[in-house]
Amino acid sequence: MIDVLYFAWVRERIGMPKERLETQAKTVLELVEELRAREERYALAFSDLSSLRVAVDQDLTDFGASLDGAREVAFFPPMTGG
Amino acid sequence: MRVVVQEAEFDPGAELNAFGRGNTDIGAIVSFTGVTRDVSGGLSEMQIEHYPGMTERAITQICEEAQKRWSLADVLVIHRHGLMQAGDNIMMVATASRHRTDAFAAADFLMDYLKSRAPFWKKEVTAQGADWVESKQDDEDALDRWS
Repeated sequence: MIDVLYFAWVRERIGMPKERLETQAKTVLELVEELRAREERYALAFSDLSSLRVAVDQDLTDFGASLDGAREVAFFPPMTGG
Repeated sequence: MRVVVQEAEFDPGAELNAFGRGNTDIGAIVSFTGVTRDVSGGLSEMQIEHYPGMTERAITQICEEAQKRWSLADVLVIHRHGLMQAGDNIMMVATASRHRTDAFAAADFLMDYLKSRAPFWKKEVTAQGADWVESKQDDEDALDRWS
């Protein structure tokens, strides 16, 4: 099981901030493909990966990152703090 | 090092006065305060979302990186989340060092990294509706200076 978190407009497009999933995905990209295949709202949220960032267990990483042992994956747009 | 992520307002003057006090090794303190700007001339509020847990962790890592690159006596980062009005203080950074060059450079570095590496997202609410603030290529380019 893995916790998947969504922030900002990704959260709004998917319609929830967090869900717990059973997945066989080995990488972030495989997880994205699984989600895209599930429902239109995921396909919409993940339509352009260049407009998204990902963190695995709260460390910023890339879509090729391994999910081996990961507990939490978060998807969000580029940050705009400061 | 002190990293604070909070919803409540803060007093930049009071924070700055307290920062580095009593440390006689400090020769320079540099500070930056980020203020909510009414870009479109009709901002009713700014909503700042963050990623609890990762936010503190990402900011701490950014501060640790600054401490590796420059000789710093102390670092302070305060960043707010939640609802803000135009003119409200969003965040502040302060750096203390023996010399001003390190304090200035570290503060500049911290701001560049906080802009696009700390998990905060701004949403501007105006009479026309609500829009997420898009990241700017300039902010991404600014990071290249430090690589």
